[in-house]
Amino acid sequence: MNKIDIILAGVGGQGILTIATIIGDAAATVGLYLKQAEVHGMSQRGGDVQSNLRLSTEPIYSDLIREGQADMIISMEPMEALRYVACLNSKGKIITSSTPFKNIPNYPDEQALMQELQSLPNVTALPIEDMAKDGGFAKSANVVLLGMAARYLGVLTADQLRQSIANVFKSKGEAVVEANLQAFELGVKAAE
Amino acid sequence: MGDEAIALGAIDAGISGVYAYPGTPSTEITEFIQTHAPEVRSRWCTNEKTAMEAALGMSYAGKRALVCMKHVGMNVAADAFVNSAITGVNGGLVVLAADDPSMHSSQNEQDSRFYGRFAMIPILEPSSQQEAYDMMTYAFTLSEQLKVPVLMRVVTRLAHSRAGVEAQAPVAQNMLNPETERTHWVLLPANARRQYASLVAKQPSFVASSESSPYNKCVGAEGRAKLGVVACGIAYNYVMENLSEDDDVAVLKVSQYPLPEAQIKALAARCEELLVAEDGQPLVEELVAGMVGADYPLRGRLTGDLPRMGELTPDNVGVALGRVSEQPYAAAQNVVARPPALCQGCGHRDVYNALNQVAAEYPNARIFGDIGCYTLGALPPFRAIDSCVDMGASITMAKGAADAGVYPAIAVIGDSTFTHSGMTGLLDAVNDKANITVVISDNLTTAMTGGQDSAGTSKFEAICLGLGVEPEHLHVVVPIAKNMEEITNIIRQEIEYRGVSVIIPRRECIQTLNRKLRQKRAAKNE
Repeated sequence: MNKIDIILAGVGGQGILTIATIIGDAAATVGLYLKQAEVHGMSQRGGDVQSNLRLSTEPIYSDLIREGQADMIISMEPMEALRYVACLNSKGKIITSSTPFKNIPNYPDEQALMQELQSLPNVTALPIEDMAKDGGFAKSANVVLLGMAARYLGVLTADQLRQSIANVFKSKGEAVVEANLQAFELGVKAAE
Repeated sequence: MGDEAIALGAIDAGISGVYAYPGTPSTEITEFIQTHAPEVRSRWCTNEKTAMEAALGMSYAGKRALVCMKHVGMNVAADAFVNSAITGVNGGLVVLAADDPSMHSSQNEQDSRFYGRFAMIPILEPSSQQEAYDMMTYAFTLSEQLKVPVLMRVVTRLAHSRAGVEAQAPVAQNMLNPETERTHWVLLPANARRQYASLVAKQPSFVASSESSPYNKCVGAEGRAKLGVVACGIAYNYVMENLSEDDDVAVLKVSQYPLPEAQIKALAARCEELLVAEDGQPLVEELVAGMVGADYPLRGRLTGDLPRMGELTPDNVGVALGRVSEQPYAAAQNVVARPPALCQGCGHRDVYNALNQVAAEYPNARIFGDIGCYTLGALPPFRAIDSCVDMGASITMAKGAADAGVYPAIAVIGDSTFTHSGMTGLLDAVNDKANITVVISDNLTTAMTGGQDSAGTSKFEAICLGLGVEPEHLHVVVPIAKNMEEITNIIRQEIEYRGVSVIIPRRECIQTLNRKLRQKRAAKNE
């Protein structure tokens, strides 16, 4: 059995569900089993959002990942990445934006937060929003993050993800597809 | 998504109408049908009761109808729902209740299975998205065979979780056929007694249907086993996630009710003890306790083996099964809660700024809130509301408090909630000349659930005047910062008026406005 359990995290509106949609499209195309739990409604209004994404070559029972069993956290925000540390298994990886999103008055001390994050093994933290802005695709920071995670996904190849980026953004026109493919490449390179 | 699987299942089962009021986690069912099945009647209803009644009417006419709501909507629909079990159905009628254990987006975690049991009808509880799809055709067929409505109960983790689903060939819609027995539908006491007796007489056939249901089945250890698990609905997944093939555990998956009593007794007889795993309240645990007797070792939520409240997870079910999960990492230190907040640019913000400013001048002021985005006005920085109980309660609670002597008593209610359940309360207040000030914060949509049409849009002044609000005490304002002085003056003046006043701050929801602007831009680019 080949499987990966991912926790997607961020703040409402940052685009974690788009990451889930792209991975989901790729998983469906290659015939992987998939379960993806998300919470809608009140939690979306600037609150923390989280999605459990499970991919496997075998049927999957639970929509939720057991604590201590997640292979990866993909987060659009550093504190939101830390929120789910206890979900990771011993080899678990964290792929996250390093740019805090401060919409609460009691956001923790930034230095202490980054220190705690960096003290964990297997962390890749990059300023994806700045990277996306500098690359000319400011709205695609989430796809930069997906690019950073691509080499660790195992059950899916980068090419399969590229194809799904094209599928998912097709309805928004060629320019949007191209920008997102560029964002993806930037993330892939940055994680090397 | 589970909701989409249900929607597609209903379309393929040949429904002619879906009737619903938006409510997390049920909203996406109706939205999916609206966008994918133009042949199905699917306009949003004013509330869950009107939805339930319209669906019953469609069933009367011989066609298949689906009603969708969140769990608390069942309280609103209850009168029609319970009595629809007495009338019985003509065309298939399925009521879909989406429960929200752990209250991700709700004010309680009531378990809709109690309603199904209360109304004495069959209940289906899918464990997976595929089952949710398959069960729709099964449910409509069952409803037409047994001549009663069928309740399908799902929980947030199924409704809002995605998985691949295989679809079947769709069934054609039923033909119009309102030729039914009139006495079934006219619930005068004499008829109602006969109908109720018939419903009672049908109960053994409902149990028989559960005993032979393809959705209730035993897996795991055969013959004698150490532990037997009764796993209901989605709990089945959490149980199976924790088991491996060589475990000495027998599992009875239950996805159709009334409970298959013979199967449960057979399981109890071949196991040393039973565990009941069910999401929601311990309904099955209590019933199984009655079947196996007081001396039989039975575990579940009531015994503390599973948590008494909150949703099941693979973790707490694992603990009940004796599984120790490794957690190599401790929870992080530098993490704080990030509660939801009203959007930047939202009109409700300006409403609360104005209300807080005026309320500060009246130390005894109480502001009765309601259900919607604006409930977030309870949180910092506003901390503006003193209550939030159920749809429409702002107006009626303000009236009761004013009757008791609270002054000023102010109600804050959204546009969609007002038409859902606020209008009747306003009529009470007008008739009794209650000393209240009602603020209908109108953002032209049902925002909390994602921007569905609001039933009263462009009709609010007419509704209020029609209910008897005096024209000079009905005001419409635009909630933006530069109008703050005008708005606070009106609030102050209407608090001073000893009767019913209505103030309608009206400005489009910033989310729906931005969505429209984006669509316009996209259309231009094409």
